[in-house]
Amino acid sequence: MTSTLPTTAVEAAEETPPRPPRATRGARVREAVAAWTFLSPNLLLLVVFLFVPLAWTVVLSFQRARSFGPAEWAGLENYTRLLGDGVFWRALLNTVVFTVATVPLSVLLGLGLALLLDKALPARGLFRTIVYLPIVVSTLVTSLVGLLMFDESIGILNGLLSDLGIGPVSWQTDGALAMVSVVVMTLWTRVGFAMVIYLAALQDVPEEVLEAAKVDGASPWGTVRHITVPLLRSSTLFLVVVNVIWSFQIFDIVYVMTNGGPGYATTVLVTYAYEEGFGAPRNFGYGATVGVVLFVLTLLITLVQFRVDRRVSGEEA
Amino acid sequence: MPTWLRFGVCTLVAVVFAFPLYAMVVVAFTPREAIFDGGSHLWPTTWTLGNFRNLFDTFPIGTWFANSLVVAGLTTLISVAVNLAAGFALAKLRFPGRTWVFVLVLSTLMVPAQAIMIPQFKIVSGLGLFGLFWAVILPSASTALGVFLARQFMLSIPDELLEAAKMDGCSTFGTFWRVVLPLCKPLVAVMTLLAFMGQWNDFLWPLITLRVPDLYTLPVSLRFLQGQYDADYGGLMAMALMSCLPLLVLFVLLQRYFVAGLARSGIK
Repeated sequence: MTSTLPTTAVEAAEETPPRPPRATRGARVREAVAAWTFLSPNLLLLVVFLFVPLAWTVVLSFQRARSFGPAEWAGLENYTRLLGDGVFWRALLNTVVFTVATVPLSVLLGLGLALLLDKALPARGLFRTIVYLPIVVSTLVTSLVGLLMFDESIGILNGLLSDLGIGPVSWQTDGALAMVSVVVMTLWTRVGFAMVIYLAALQDVPEEVLEAAKVDGASPWGTVRHITVPLLRSSTLFLVVVNVIWSFQIFDIVYVMTNGGPGYATTVLVTYAYEEGFGAPRNFGYGATVGVVLFVLTLLITLVQFRVDRRVSGEEA
Repeated sequence: MPTWLRFGVCTLVAVVFAFPLYAMVVVAFTPREAIFDGGSHLWPTTWTLGNFRNLFDTFPIGTWFANSLVVAGLTTLISVAVNLAAGFALAKLRFPGRTWVFVLVLSTLMVPAQAIMIPQFKIVSGLGLFGLFWAVILPSASTALGVFLARQFMLSIPDELLEAAKMDGCSTFGTFWRVVLPLCKPLVAVMTLLAFMGQWNDFLWPLITLRVPDLYTLPVSLRFLQGQYDADYGGLMAMALMSCLPLLVLFVLLQRYFVAGLARSGIK
C-alpha cells in the first residue's frame, strides 16, 4: 500500500519492471515523443498555474507590491514586518490550535465509526450514507448551516438550550467558543472521509489473525488496540498527513462563519493572507509572504511526519 | 460489543450527523416570521414555499445554477482528458525521466492553492481571463489526484494488450483511444465524480476571480446572499438546499463510485 504522497512515489513508479531492451532506438525515441505529447497539456497547465505562481509568490514576498501597482524590491521588509506582526502570530497560533483540535478528532472518530460499521449491523448502509453525506456538501453550505446552528440570537442550538432553560451561549462573541463552532462544523465534513479510508483498509485485515487473537483469549478491545490499529498504520499516517494539510489551509468555514472574529480569535493563516492580499490593504507582497509561510509549513509537516513514520516502522521491523 | 449497543451508538451518531441537514431543510420551508420567534424550530408550524419564491423573484438563481453547471462541466471534461492522458503516459509509455515527472506531479499536492493565489490572480489577469469562466476552469483542470488515480488504474491493464494493438499497426493514440480507454470506464466514472464535485463546491478561487453577480457560481452566490439576507435563514437555507441537492442525489445514486474514488485516493 502506498499513500498519495511523493516520498513513496519513487517506489511506486518502479512497480513495473523495465521492458527488456529489444525495442530499436527509433521506436524508443518515438515512444518518448508520444509520451511527452500525452503529458504536455497537463504539464503546461501545471507550469502556468502552479509552478510559475509558486516561484512568483517567493519573489513577491521580497517585494513591495500593492494591487497592480509597480512592484519594487523591498529586501526582507515583509519578513521583518511578519516577525513583529501580532496578528500574524495570532493567526499562526489559531491555525495550530485548530489543527490540534481537528486532526486527532477527525481520525479517531473516523476510526471508531469504521470499526462500528465494519461488521454486519441492521441499517448499516444507511448509517454509512449519513456519515458520508457531508463530504459532498459544499463548505459554503456547511458554513451557513453552521451559522444557523451556532447563531447566538436565533440559532438552533441556543434555541434548544433555552427550551432546556439554559441561557444563551455566546458562540459568536466568545473567542474560544467561536473556535469550537468552527471545529465542530469542520469535523462534520471530515469524519466521513476518515471512515471511508479506514473501512477500505479494514477489508485488508486478515480474518485469521483476528480469529487467532480471539482463540488466544485476547479481549475485543485488546485485539483492536494491539492488532487492528497497528495494521491500519499506513491509513492512519495518510489521514494524519492530509488532515494536517487541510487544517493548515482552512479558509472557507472560518471566513463565512466568523470572518476571523470576534477580534482575531479565529483568524487563521489563509484568512489573514486573503485579507491582506484581496481585502482593503491589497498588499500583494505581504499576502504572498504569508503564503510562503503556509507553503514552508506544509512542506515541513509532511517531511516530519514521514520521518516519524520511517522511524516507527524501523522499530517494528 | 453486543449488536444492540453498536446499533444504539450508530443511531445516535447518525442523528447527530443528519441533524444539520435536517435543520437546513426545515428552516428552508419555515416562514420568515417564525424563525425570529425564539426557541427551537425542529418542525415548521406552517410549511411555506415563500423562501424559494422570494429567492427566484429577487435573484438570478437560474443564471447561478447555469454558471455552476458550465464551470463544473467544462472543468470536469478538461480535467478528465488531461489527467487520463498524463496517467496513460506515466503508466504505459517508457521514456527517460518518467519517475521524475510522476514525482513532480505528486509534489504539487504539497503546494497549497491558497499560498499561491496572488500570483495566480496576476497570471489569470495577464492572460486576459479575468471575468471569464476560463479563469476558474484552467487553473483547476490538472490535478495530482486525477493523474495518480489514472496512472494506478492503468498499471493494471496488461501490457500484452497494448503490444497486440501495436502489432496490428495501431498508433500510440489509437492504442490509448481504442484499447485502453474502453477498459477505463470505472476509472472515468470516479474521476468525473471527484472533479465535478470539487469544482461544484469550490469557493475561494471563484470568489477571487468572478467579481460580478452575473458570473457567480453557487458557493459564491451563497456568500453574496449571506450579505443580502443578513440573518434571514429561511432564504439562505432554501438556496443552500437547492445548491447541494444535485450532489446529494448524485451521491445517493452513485455512492459505490464515490466511495471507491475516495477510498482509492488514500490507498493502493
